[in-house]
Amino acid sequence: MENELVSKDVVLEAIEVSKQVSSPEGSLTILSEVSFRIAAGESVAVVGPSGAGKSTLLALLAGLDLPSSGYVVLNGANLSELDEDGRAGVRADSVGFVFQSFHLVPSLNALENVMLPLELAGKNDARAAARRIIEQVGLKDRWSHYPSQLSGGEKQRVAIARAFATEPAVLFADEPTGNLDSRTGANIMELMFELNRSSRTTLILVTHDQSLAMRCDRMLSLDGGRLVSDSEVAA
Amino acid sequence: MRAVVFALRTFGRELRSGEVLVLLAAVSLAVGALTAVGFLTDRIGKAVARQANEVLAADLRLRSQEPVPAEWSELAAGYGLDTAETMSFPSVVFAGDNSALASINVISDGYPLRGEVRVADQLFGEQREVDGIPAAGEVWADGTLLARVGADIGDLLSIGEIELRVSAVLTYRPDQSIGFASLAPSLLMNAADISRSGLIGEGSRVSYALLVAGDEAAVNEFNEAIQDRLPESVRVRSQEESSERAYNAADRAQRFLSLTAVMSLLLSAVAVAMSARRFAHRRMDAVALMKSLGATQGFVIAVALIQLTLLGVLGVLVGSIVGFAAEEVLSRILVDLIASDLPNPGLRPVVLASGSAMVLLVGFALPALIQLRNTPPLRVLRHDAMPPAPSRLLVSGLSLAAVAALLYRSVGDPRMLVILISGITVIAAALYLVGRGLVFLIGRSRSGVGVAWRYGLANVSRRGRASAVQVVAFGLGLTVLLLLTLVRTDLLEGWRQTLDEDAPNHFLINIQPNEVEAVGEFFEKNGMRVPSFTPLVRARMTSINGESVKDRKYPNEDGRWLANREANLSWTAEMSASNELLEGEWWPRDYDGPPLVSIEEESAVNAGLTIGDRLKFFVAGQEVEAEIASIRKVNWDSFQPNFFIVLSPGALEDMPTTYISSMKIEDDQKAMLVDLVRSYPSISVIDLGAILQQVRGIIEKASLAVQAVFVFTLAAGIAVLFAAVQSTIDERRFESAMLRALGARRRTVFLGVMAEFAALGIAAGILASAGASVLAAVVAVQLFQLPYEFNPLLWVVGVAAGVFLVCISGFFAARGAINAAPADVLRWAT
Ligand SMILES: Nc1ncnc2c1ncn2[C@@H]1O[C@H](COP(=O)(O)OP(=O)(O)O)[C@@H](O)[C@H]1O
Ligand SMILES: [Mg+2]
Repeated sequence: MENELVSKDVVLEAIEVSKQVSSPEGSLTILSEVSFRIAAGESVAVVGPSGAGKSTLLALLAGLDLPSSGYVVLNGANLSELDEDGRAGVRADSVGFVFQSFHLVPSLNALENVMLPLELAGKNDARAAARRIIEQVGLKDRWSHYPSQLSGGEKQRVAIARAFATEPAVLFADEPTGNLDSRTGANIMELMFELNRSSRTTLILVTHDQSLAMRCDRMLSLDGGRLVSDSEVAA
Repeated sequence: MRAVVFALRTFGRELRSGEVLVLLAAVSLAVGALTAVGFLTDRIGKAVARQANEVLAADLRLRSQEPVPAEWSELAAGYGLDTAETMSFPSVVFAGDNSALASINVISDGYPLRGEVRVADQLFGEQREVDGIPAAGEVWADGTLLARVGADIGDLLSIGEIELRVSAVLTYRPDQSIGFASLAPSLLMNAADISRSGLIGEGSRVSYALLVAGDEAAVNEFNEAIQDRLPESVRVRSQEESSERAYNAADRAQRFLSLTAVMSLLLSAVAVAMSARRFAHRRMDAVALMKSLGATQGFVIAVALIQLTLLGVLGVLVGSIVGFAAEEVLSRILVDLIASDLPNPGLRPVVLASGSAMVLLVGFALPALIQLRNTPPLRVLRHDAMPPAPSRLLVSGLSLAAVAALLYRSVGDPRMLVILISGITVIAAALYLVGRGLVFLIGRSRSGVGVAWRYGLANVSRRGRASAVQVVAFGLGLTVLLLLTLVRTDLLEGWRQTLDEDAPNHFLINIQPNEVEAVGEFFEKNGMRVPSFTPLVRARMTSINGESVKDRKYPNEDGRWLANREANLSWTAEMSASNELLEGEWWPRDYDGPPLVSIEEESAVNAGLTIGDRLKFFVAGQEVEAEIASIRKVNWDSFQPNFFIVLSPGALEDMPTTYISSMKIEDDQKAMLVDLVRSYPSISVIDLGAILQQVRGIIEKASLAVQAVFVFTLAAGIAVLFAAVQSTIDERRFESAMLRALGARRRTVFLGVMAEFAALGIAAGILASAGASVLAAVVAVQLFQLPYEFNPLLWVVGVAAGVFLVCISGFFAARGAINAAPADVLRWAT
């Protein structure tokens, strides 16, 4: 009874997740036995020095890669039990991404880039929905521009619009301001938190910027592949 | 459905990226080469088929050097068949003081039984088909003939002892390719006029024919009925036999052309494979992203397949247009050589080429695209995450299958296919090794050069594999161009030089025995050396060592043809100076024993004849058997009268004989020839100079056409270069920007890149010059029996052309990288 209640609330759970990779010097553990639960609507910062395993953890949480041991349960689905297409389906339904290096499709214009996840999820009114959200991120007049015609900040706005377009249950952001100057970065983060609040999305934000992390509800600290602290942030 | 929308949406923009353009160009080139050659061979094929149907102007043609006895036409009539008779021989035609050699065709009512005669009502006028034959007292003459003698419709022509009026310009007769006609312009006259003309003497070189046509079954019955009853002097030609040789020749030409197309195709395949790899690589990030956004493997594959199909369709479209244009050019070049009034070839070549394009894409582009499906979505976070390399077995299996499928059509026989593919593999591997060797040498030479060159040469050896492929691809195209331009003129020139300045340039044929003395006196009176007269007796070989020539097995088709055709025999006491004895012994000067015979070397080999074999000939109703006493080599280039088969004196005594002679006649002496043929109308003068000119013209045109086909090969070589440069363009762009950031001037960067292409061009030029030299030597020695002379110009032109072409193409392929701004180093993210 209690379990059911919990699982209804928990949108993302890591259970003793480890990742090993083989390297010329033998097997290398880059993540060891990380466990936590994240409730719907929470915003969580993942922090740690470079090379701590933040991106690796993010990849496992989003099902971009599989853990060597342990499980990730995303929106009720045990990712280890799914094949690649199955995990793609989960992502299409409930995951959004914002990357450090934007990752827009260069052959599609801004609007089409935003339409992409909507279409992949089989939404009907993709174009209209994409237009609405493009307006929301302040690119009303730039929708027909291609990535090569946009500045870094504008590209990231398109990426954010794309991430929120499907109203995903969980939004993953991997150092979204890493490639931007501090003012543009601040604007972008403002936009992200705002959209997060209004759409009640769960946000997993990887960053090494302490001040950004402080704006989240909760902070997971990684170091050398281990979870060293998991703390509520006092607002 | 979503995949379709997505594929279409991105396709337009993808088209603008370099690698897609190269992919498209490669497919278009392959299609273009295949359609052009397809059109051309289709035309050749149709021309041959049409000729085969009409060439006899009948269903059966009974040929003889004597009038065909009336009983045979009566017999044919008994089977309900139509008949007509023809006589043909060369003779000189006069109009006033002008004269020209013509092929006189005397025809009876009903001619032609198959096909149509076409005439025009004025010189170079519109042609029309006619029923019937010229009325008695009239002729239809070829426009060339009329032009040569300066006559027009309505004028009189003297033929032998009579004058006939020209009533129409002859533009086409179905059997024009039979006999002497291919060299001399034709004239048709009514059989009613022939007896008055005095042209038909004993031993004249007249071919008689009885044409028979009608219901197919009746023709076959008649053919069977006459088989065993025909005298040896009469030969029956049916359509199948007559077309066989033409078909064989056409078939060879078609295969050769198809193989040249295949060469373009294979190079295009290399370009397709290279640019498809680049295409896949460039799309990896997008695919990873789409997968991170939830796209399935099926979606990724569907998009790749749809885009591949679109590319194929577009490539076929562009390629067909190129092919149509090329065909137009080719048929203009070849307008006199192949019938140009044929209906346009259908769309068949386009359909076949489209199929080939799809096979090409599936075999060479698909593996790279399929691999996209395995792109790990992790790549969005870790840029070095790559899909596993496609299995080598799959890649080589698919491409091998594709090559086999593409070649099968031009080869048409599995055993040949295996041989050909093994051959191609071996040659490709050898060429690749040579390419690697050249690239290695280039790498070694870089210590002694300036910074720009060192940078360029270093790049050549760093990308060793791709460099070698480019050298070979370009080298192949160049080789053929060199072969067809420089080497061809070299060979023709070399051949011309071996001809003796004083070699005869005119042949006199059909001199009657009783005219020999008078003709000799004629020359003496005109202050010329009296030529020697060589006897000629027309005969048929009937058996070899007692076995019928029809049943005998021959080492090759040429041998069968030699034994079965009408033979020209001669006799002499002394061997001609232009002959060389290879085997056996020449008969003594005063030999008068049983008949002996001497055979020309190549004929002996082809027909499988050796010393001691007994040959039986049928000559004017009599049989003569002779034993082979010697085998000779003949220098045909001497332009002396020479024969494959020469008998000992006395063997052919009393047989109907004519004489032939050859002589050198200077331009200012030609007027005398008119007097000669006036006085002796049955003598024909053949101007070798004019014939050689014609032959040279044919060779020039044919090689021009082949060259046009090989332009595709060169273009495919350029496509390979573009593909190779494309696949390294990011790297190049970054390096250029980096060099500039480090302080290199734009000029230095430009020179460095051009140095790289110049080096590749030199290597390709060396490869091409070496290839062309080797092939030229083989052709010279094997085909022309000429000593091969090393031509340093070939190497100069080869290397210069290589550098020029590669540098120009390379510049266009790499200009984006050359122009990279230093600030580009700092711009990375998309
Ligand atoms: N596939 C892999 N092979 C080898 N090493 C890896 C692989 N993935 C991650 N690593 C290593 O694991 C460590 C953690 O990487 P990452 O998660 O990207 O760190 P962060 O994002 O915290 O900077 C790094 O030292 C990285 O080099
Ligand atoms: Mg990271």
